[in-house]
Amino acid sequence: MFARTADQELFEKTTARYLESKYPSDHVRDLARMPSAFNPEAWQQGAALGWTSLLVPEVAGGGSISGNGLLDLLTVAYQFGRHAAPGPLLPTNLVAAALARWGSEDQQREPLSGLIDGSATAAWCGPQRIDDPCGRGTDVSAQTSGAELILSGRLSPVEGASDASLLLVSVTEPSGRSYVLVPLPAPGVQCTPLTSIDLTRRFHDVTLRDVRLPVSARVGQAGAGDTYEEIMFDVLATLRAAELVGALQCCFDMTLQWTRDRYSFGRPLASYQEIKHRMADMRTALEAGAAITLRAARAFGDGAPDASVWCSAAVTYVGRAALEAIQDCIQIHGGIGLTAEHDLHLFLRRAVVDTQLGGSPADMTQRVVHLLETAQGARG
Amino acid sequence: MTDVIDIEEFAAQTRTWLAEHMPPAPRVTGSFVLTSTNPPDELQLARFEKCRELQRRLFDGGYAGITVPQQYGGQGLTPAHQTAFNRELVGYDYPAEIQASTFIPCMALLLEFGTEEQKQRHIPAMLRGEEIWVQLLSEPGGGSDTAGAVTSAVRDGDGWVINGSKMWTTDARYGDWAMCLARTNWDVEKHRGLTVFSFPLTTPGVEIRPIELINGSTEFCQEFLTDVVVADRDRVGEINAGWDVVTRWLYHERTISGGSPYVTGRGNRPHDGPYDAMEMIATARELGTLGDPRTRALIGEAHTLSLVMKALAESVTQKMAVGALPAHAAAMMRLFSGTMNIRRAAIGLELAGSQAAAWQVGDDTFAQLGSGYLIRQVSCIGGGTTEMARNVISERLLGMPREHRNDAGPFRDVPRSPQATATR
Repeated sequence: MFARTADQELFEKTTARYLESKYPSDHVRDLARMPSAFNPEAWQQGAALGWTSLLVPEVAGGGSISGNGLLDLLTVAYQFGRHAAPGPLLPTNLVAAALARWGSEDQQREPLSGLIDGSATAAWCGPQRIDDPCGRGTDVSAQTSGAELILSGRLSPVEGASDASLLLVSVTEPSGRSYVLVPLPAPGVQCTPLTSIDLTRRFHDVTLRDVRLPVSARVGQAGAGDTYEEIMFDVLATLRAAELVGALQCCFDMTLQWTRDRYSFGRPLASYQEIKHRMADMRTALEAGAAITLRAARAFGDGAPDASVWCSAAVTYVGRAALEAIQDCIQIHGGIGLTAEHDLHLFLRRAVVDTQLGGSPADMTQRVVHLLETAQGARG
Repeated sequence: MTDVIDIEEFAAQTRTWLAEHMPPAPRVTGSFVLTSTNPPDELQLARFEKCRELQRRLFDGGYAGITVPQQYGGQGLTPAHQTAFNRELVGYDYPAEIQASTFIPCMALLLEFGTEEQKQRHIPAMLRGEEIWVQLLSEPGGGSDTAGAVTSAVRDGDGWVINGSKMWTTDARYGDWAMCLARTNWDVEKHRGLTVFSFPLTTPGVEIRPIELINGSTEFCQEFLTDVVVADRDRVGEINAGWDVVTRWLYHERTISGGSPYVTGRGNRPHDGPYDAMEMIATARELGTLGDPRTRALIGEAHTLSLVMKALAESVTQKMAVGALPAHAAAMMRLFSGTMNIRRAAIGLELAGSQAAAWQVGDDTFAQLGSGYLIRQVSCIGGGTTEMARNVISERLLGMPREHRNDAGPFRDVPRSPQATATR
């Protein structure tokens, strides 16, 4: 859906084949009963395929396929959505991108290289509500005491915190908001598991109590967090949209097959115009969702002035359209679609999480308007 | 093709020429029916005269029919030259209103199906702005079922006699010539008894009446054809092979929104009018509601849908060009644009509130939002209904079973609407 060059196609196919072998739906169900869904070995193999290096420039040890790493990464996120595969794909890539963009030389060595080669993963502790740019931020504060930063506060929900060796935390300092890298385990950091809709990705409540770090743990400039956050949101929004397109694709394929196989009143479901028209709507939503996600990644890669609008619009549209379409897949399946035995719910779960975490469609819609107003103001 | 001018050089020449010869673009308030403010007939007629004059300027400057062969008055260049010209044209006025129907589908069809004599006679005249063409395709008895035409053409010596009625012709009152689909054989399956003709709109027996739409627009017309005599040399394509022409006709018609080598500028100047996000923000600011999160949610939704439409059109067009999607995938663009436009019309109404129900003279934005809502279903009906688009997507793209049809036998025996009986 997102591959446009032969190289991207090969890359995507390799990822798809790997995920198929590692995460067949039976196994995805089993993961639900395990304390952690994270498989370090499988993750490292994925990293070797290139899952974690695309948002990092070559000089920092990464490299893209097409020159636009976000565009390349869409193919991976799409396949993760199609297989409801555990990550932590999004947070690891997000933190890697942040370290590559704003990290110190030291941070670009060990922590970043560990993320790229898959020996480590990361969790991103950014704000969940983004609709009010002035009142944003997290409930984590940082006080400077000599050469130390002291972090206190709480973040929830955070994906993959218990398996991560790094937390990238958005903190409030007297000078403004900043990003701080917290290596784990660290005294004062407590991760409490949350119950989640998603069966494969795990979420935690992360509490920081007087966590002491050297000031060099800051990523980038003190007080530059607001600027960084916009970029994080753009990347996250686009990747979430790509996962959602993948989840919808899988449900759509299952449902189309079902309409052919299922007979009622002596006719296949596929012969009823009502069903045909709903499948047509779904197919269009799938194509439209993929199109705006791709366009957003292009705009981001090109550094277009309206890139943030495209990225926000992508997850706004796909978030709503994919959820509605997946629910309609359940409707077309009838009673069987409501059972835990059928695979549909695995993707509905994935889609719900992708839609709500990191800025809901409602929040992202507000962001679109805020950005438009800002652009209008700048134009005079 | 050895001495084709380089694109960059062509663009540079175009830039200089445009600056010297073409006027700046007028501020568009409503040429698309959804946002129409319905200028009076005199203004519309004046605009068509202006289009003729602008077309003549393009012709004299060597920019009319950029991809049309030189022997028919064109420039014999490539679609890339037309694209370069269109890029340079942004900000200038151009004969937007005659792109459809004169150049697509009519000129495009003459190039594909016309006789040498027809091409020589009409295409240079079209390119000089002397002949504006309209399309007589739809009928009162059936919209989506184009092949069910009941306008009849009967052979009479060297010519044909046409009787029937056509509908939904855009700006027929300002046209010179028409391309018309008629039935020439009633005893075969419906697609196999059709023929395409052309004739001047001044031919005796042609009566044109504007249709008043619910927003007051009179852009569309209905034509009554009574014993209209057409010479056989004005027939386009073979007798009873009209469906081959119509297939291309519908194809060219769809390329108005992009992809046609025969369209100058952005076609018939599509624009979002009051539904443009910046316009919506200005409207909300004027109403004092811009700070209201509900208003902001509506504006954000409308803008998101516009961006999705843009991305979808780009992506599907590109995928069709490289063969990653079949031509039928265009139906997804059609469906999305329909559903997007009706939602935006609803958003515009909510945004304007009582102002869209009653407004002062001169309040164009509110007039457009109010009457735009009344006419909003046009975007799911005109140019093929969204129901048809859903059939195409499910049947042609997804391979779901075709709808049952009841028109496989001789057309004479096919059950028809009562409106579709005005035949001889």
